[in-house]
Amino acid sequence: MNAEFDLAGIGTGLPAPTFDSQRVFRAALHALAHPGEITAIDVGVEAPPGLHPAAAALLLSLLDQDTRLWVAPALRDAVAPYLRFHTGCVPVSAIARADFALAADPVELPPLADFAQGDADYPDRSTTVVLQVRSLGVGRRYTLQGPGINDAAEVAIDGLDDRFVAEWNAQQRTFPCGIDVFVVAARTLLGLPRTTRIGA
Amino acid sequence: MSKPPDTSPPVLQAVDSAPQAAAHARRRHWLRLLARAPLPRLEEALAGMVPARVAWLRPPETGLMMVRGRIGGTGDRFNLGELTVTRCALRVVNDDGAVAAGVGYVLGRSARQAELVALADALLQDPAHGARLQRDLLEPLEAELVAAAQRSERQAQATRVEFFTVARETVR
Repeated sequence: MNAEFDLAGIGTGLPAPTFDSQRVFRAALHALAHPGEITAIDVGVEAPPGLHPAAAALLLSLLDQDTRLWVAPALRDAVAPYLRFHTGCVPVSAIARADFALAADPVELPPLADFAQGDADYPDRSTTVVLQVRSLGVGRRYTLQGPGINDAAEVAIDGLDDRFVAEWNAQQRTFPCGIDVFVVAARTLLGLPRTTRIGA
Repeated sequence: MSKPPDTSPPVLQAVDSAPQAAAHARRRHWLRLLARAPLPRLEEALAGMVPARVAWLRPPETGLMMVRGRIGGTGDRFNLGELTVTRCALRVVNDDGAVAAGVGYVLGRSARQAELVALADALLQDPAHGARLQRDLLEPLEAELVAAAQRSERQAQATRVEFFTVARETVR
C-alpha cells in the first residue's frame, strides 16, 4: 500500500455533495429499475486515473463510513485513498466481506460466487459491484430479460467477457441471494439487478 | 446490521523520514496556533492573499469529536465528552504552479474560520507567502498565546496553599 498519503494529489469529490449525491442516487435507482437503459451521470468530479467519472460519482454517493469497499488490485493504490478521503469508507482485502466492490475490467473481477451473497433472511447483505467496461452503447449486443424489462431489451456493451455472462446467469439458481452490478463506462451507467438474465 | 471489525491493514499510513518529520512538526505547530486564532485576526492577515485557483477537497462540515482523557492523567482511558468541530480541506495552486493542500480544524461551527485556517495552512507551505504569514500572523499569535498561558498560570499559582499537616502526594 502507499506509504505517504498526499492530500494535494487527491482530486475533488462531488461539487455539491448533498444535491449531487441525490441526483446520482436517483440515476442509480433508475438504472436498477430499468435494466438495459443506459443512464447518463454527468457530475464534475476529478476522478483519479483509471476510475471512470460515473464510477467515481456513483461510489462517492453510495459509500460512507459504515460501508466496506473492495478495490481490484490494479486500481487500489490510485483509487482507495481518494474514496477513503471523501467518504470515510473502509477498504477491505477480503472480497467476501465487502459491501461494495470496484473492478476496472471484467477480466480482473474475481468469480461472482466469491462476493458476499447475502443470506435467505437478508439477501440485501450482498456485495454491490461497480464494474468498469470500455464503453456502453457500442460493441457486442446482449439481450436482457427480467423484471423491469418489457419482453426483452437489447443493449450493447464493449468489454464484457463470456465468463462474466456465464457466472451471472448461474447466480439465478441462488435467488433471492446474489449480487447486483452497476456496469459503468465514462459518464454512463447500466444497472444489472440480480433478477436480470443476460442472453447472447 | 452488525459488522465484524475489519482486520485488514489501514490504507493510509504515515511513514516519515527525518526531513519529512521535521516538516510535519513545523506544520503541526502552525496548525496548532491557527486553530486558536480568532476569526478577525485570520481575516486581517489573509486579506488580499487569496490565490486565484482554490478548489475544495472537502467543503466545511461541522461534526462532533470525542475527547478522551486518562483517569488521574496516567490511568485508564475514558470518554470525557464531545466537542463541536468544523473542518475542511482545500487545494491551492500557487503562482509558480506548485500545488499545496491545506486543512483546517477549528472548535465551534464557524465554517469561515475553518476555511481561513486551511487557506493559511496551504499558503504557509509556499515559501513566497509563508515568510509574510509567519511574521504577520503566527509570531504575534504565538506571543499572545504564551502570554495568556503564563497569565493564567500566575493566577493559579497565586492561590496555591501549602498544607503543612498533610504530606503532599508524590507526583508520579
